[in-house]
Amino acid sequence: MHPALSIIVFTTSSGLGYGLAFFLGFGLLDPAALATKAAHVIALGLISVGLLSSTLHLGNPQRAWRALSQWRSSWLSREGVLAIATFVPLCLSAWATLFESRHSWPAGLVGSLGCAVTVYCTAMIYASLRTVEAWHTPLTPAAFLAFAGAGGAMLATFFAALGGGDAGPLAALALVLLVLAWGTKLVWRRRLRALSSASTPETATGLGALGRVRLLERPHVTENYLTREMGFRIARKHARKLAAIAFGLGGAVPIVLLASAALFAAEGGIGWPVFAFLALWAYAAGLLVERWLFFAEARHSVMNYYGG
Amino acid sequence: MTALPSQPSATKLGLVIDLDICVGCHACVVSCKEWNTGGYGAALSDQDPYGEHVSGAWLNRIHTFEIVPEGGELVGEAGDARIVHFPKSCLHCEEAPCVTVCPTGASYKRAEDGIVLVAEDKCIGCGLCAWACPYGAREMDLAAGVMKKCTLCVDRIYNETFDEEDRVPACVRTCPANARHFGDLGDPGSQVSKMVAARGGIDLMPEQGTRPVNKYLPPRPRTTLAAHAPVGPAAGEDTGGATGFLAWIDTMLEKI
Repeated sequence: MHPALSIIVFTTSSGLGYGLAFFLGFGLLDPAALATKAAHVIALGLISVGLLSSTLHLGNPQRAWRALSQWRSSWLSREGVLAIATFVPLCLSAWATLFESRHSWPAGLVGSLGCAVTVYCTAMIYASLRTVEAWHTPLTPAAFLAFAGAGGAMLATFFAALGGGDAGPLAALALVLLVLAWGTKLVWRRRLRALSSASTPETATGLGALGRVRLLERPHVTENYLTREMGFRIARKHARKLAAIAFGLGGAVPIVLLASAALFAAEGGIGWPVFAFLALWAYAAGLLVERWLFFAEARHSVMNYYGG
Repeated sequence: MTALPSQPSATKLGLVIDLDICVGCHACVVSCKEWNTGGYGAALSDQDPYGEHVSGAWLNRIHTFEIVPEGGELVGEAGDARIVHFPKSCLHCEEAPCVTVCPTGASYKRAEDGIVLVAEDKCIGCGLCAWACPYGAREMDLAAGVMKKCTLCVDRIYNETFDEEDRVPACVRTCPANARHFGDLGDPGSQVSKMVAARGGIDLMPEQGTRPVNKYLPPRPRTTLAAHAPVGPAAGEDTGGATGFLAWIDTMLEKI
């Protein structure tokens, strides 16, 4: 599948934002601290950037409001509805922290629930597609949720280290979630490698009874919308290397950095924020590679008609 | 509304495509584009139409496959492999996954005849329906930013200003080999249903659970290359049937 930049930014940025907002909702940081106020703004900013980026993918973004209508059947519509609905408690919670220096428990908890459900809906847009077998598994939403959680916990650790609260326990939480997220991804990748596709050129043409089916000629000699959108192949060649980069940058490096902070940095010193900041950037970079690969590596059943 | 009709429609309009007959001339492809680029909605645009990387939106395309039977031989350009031209357009599935994923209600399946359509003025061009379709039946029009697909020529088949024989999809009307047939596959007594029953019509990718309405008639069995081959090395030189003068010459020449 074509790894559109707008969709990669959408899923990673909104995932990080919802992750941070999720933990802020539980009042883990001191609402009077400047760092906590900044954290609320950053969470809303990451979510907004992600959602705006997703509209860049549209052919007619001026009609995007129509996407809120079909929540009964469409995961994309559900995602849109929940994303907008979740803004209400998140903004109320941010208002209480920013202007009243207090944590609003009702807004916070409802917001956290909204964050989790929205990320789940985002993942289900992909996991619900039978045509892309790599995505069509409950492991897809599990990985999206775990990645959002790990990123959110790391962001919360960073803002705690900047004065919002006690960074140690949040770092421990981030470490657990990092292991959980990349562990889930590892199982997801094992499943992908073991997949033997149910749809083949034989089932696609219905001619398997006659023998082995091979594409002789495409409909046109040049590329078309379908081959550009669903016939992306560059990634599969380097999939293993790219996966190693993603696991290393997004998993191993942040784990080592956070563990180092916990072991060597003094509470309240400059060490904690620096380590947490570096860990965060490594994680973001690793996650971008992971998400790029999520799309680029996935094979669509239509390629049975295009010899891919 | 992008939920599928609650009751499956009794009328299931669709196509039956005979793979034994299709010669791969692409006349249906061109005729389809010609008809659907005018009349309703956005035109079917082409990008870089006179350039090196020409591409555009087409609602019907022909793929060509080679099929080698089990244990079949490939001898240069002969051999046991057979070529099948394979026209493909929307199959108007009963469980259309493209309809239920649509976030705006632009994609819908008509309850009265089962045709799957796109209301272009509601389409935001997110492309998710094209991702959900296993068959590649939907293509984005890059100029208009809306999804295009086969309408089963809904603007022809009910058009009473047309002569009776023209009230079929453009691809069916134009096929010079008569490989495409249009009718009601929900009616077991219809011509198309009888054809499907007689020839063992097939569903494409049944494992995707889409339950396509369109059916494909498989190519009829073909004699193998071995069946055409002469029996024994001198089979072409058998003179057993010769009589009279020719038999005498045959005998005499044999003795020299």
